[in-house]
This record gives sequence, C-alpha cells and structure tokens, in this order.
Amino acid sequence: MSQMTKQRPGTMRLVDAVKYRLPLAGVVSILHRVSGLLMFALLPFIIWLFDKSLSSEISYDTFSSAFVAGIGVVPAWFVKLVVLALTWAFLHHAIAGVRHVWMDMTHSVTKEQGRLSAVVTLASSVLLTVLLGAKLFGIY
Amino acid sequence: MSVNYGSKRVVVGAGYGMRDWLSQRATAVLMALFTLVLLVQLLLPGPLGYDRWAGIFSAQWMKLLTLVVVLALAWHAWVGVRDIWMDYVKPVGARLGLQVLTIVWLMGCTAWAVQVLWRL
Repeated sequence: MSQMTKQRPGTMRLVDAVKYRLPLAGVVSILHRVSGLLMFALLPFIIWLFDKSLSSEISYDTFSSAFVAGIGVVPAWFVKLVVLALTWAFLHHAIAGVRHVWMDMTHSVTKEQGRLSAVVTLASSVLLTVLLGAKLFGIY
Repeated sequence: MSVNYGSKRVVVGAGYGMRDWLSQRATAVLMALFTLVLLVQLLLPGPLGYDRWAGIFSAQWMKLLTLVVVLALAWHAWVGVRDIWMDYVKPVGARLGLQVLTIVWLMGCTAWAVQVLWRL
C-alpha cells in the first residue's frame, strides 16, 4: 500500500495534461469550454455588431463597411477572421450543447455513443463553419 | 475526515448541484429555440437589408423574446465561466476576483444589449 502511495504522480500540471491524447469526446468537451470562453470574451464585439446593424441606417452602413473597409485601423480581413472564429465557436458550442441535452434526456452515455456523437459534433460544426466562412469571404 | 464547516469551510463559490445544472440547460434550450426563430425569419424570401433586419427586432414579441434570451445568455455564461474559474483557478482570492469581474462584465454587456434593443 505504501509502495502504491509513493508511485502516485502528484498534482497534474498543464504541462502534464497536454501529454495526454484526448479521446474525441474529450476534444469536444475542451472545445466546448474554449468556444464558450471565446464568445464570453468577445461579447462587447458581438453587441457592437448588434448595435451598429440595428440602430439606424447610418449605423447599418458602419456595420456593413466593417466587412469591406474594416473598423478604424483594424483591416476587414481581420474582422472577417474574428467573425469566422465566432461562427465556429457558436456552432460548436450549440451543437455540443444539443449533444449534452440529448445525452441527459436519453441516457446515451456509453463509450461508443459518446465517440459517435463527438464525431458528428466535430464534423457538422466544422462543415457548417466552412460553408458559412466561404460565404463570409465572398467565395460564393 | 477534515473539517469543512464554519471558518474551515472549503470555498468553492457555487451552489451544490441541481440548480446550476438545470438552469444552464433551460437557458441553453431557450437560446437554441431563439436561434431557430431568428433563422426562420431570416430565411423568408426577399432582400435582406436594414429595413427587414430592424423590422424583425422591432416587433414587440421579438423584442421581448430577445430580452429574455439576453438575460438567459448572461445567466448561462455566468454558470459556465464560473465553472472554468472553479476548475482552473485554485487561490481563493484570485478566484473571487475573477468571479466579480465576470459579473461586472456580464452585467455591463447585458445593459448595453438591452439599451440597443429597447431604443429600437
């Protein structure tokens, strides 16, 4: 028993944590946090877009030109990149959230169900991000 | 068993379970429904410019729904962000500071969003 106690590795630090290869369900889980925190941090930008797009026709022009001429010294491509990141964050967070509710409601918590729904979550959020991103950057 | 009450209480800054878990899901479902409602209105035929966009949010029922969703979002984000601080920030002082900043941040954002919505 004391031998086992000695072999315990102690508190896990971030440098230890990144050595683990997460299962796909784990990837979805940590990205759920990352995407949520990203949207939380960028809330003022989201409300700024909401404000400009809604307040008047003049402010609507400011909103539109953010994607064409940029915002002040910030170039338009960077604005689009941030909006693309937010688009992914929203999609991933929403789909991973639906996955959570579905798991809670149907008790779909086996390893295999978790893996499969993780694949569906990652694939569908990336696919939709690519489709909307192509629209955002004017590819179609 | 170590003492976990009175001045020895382990401070985690949360309730202990059900309420936060359930409110996060309830607010999430509300936001998902709002997304669908907005999406349906956006996908209706016709050009999408300022008039139609502002028209969507100036309808009284949509204004009220959006207000409720803004409040739901703040509540949802509070539970989620606080979860993150509780998991990764162990010193009580730093955690409390971040939690207070989170509340200030969310209240400020909520007030701004309500202002935008209500002068429409």
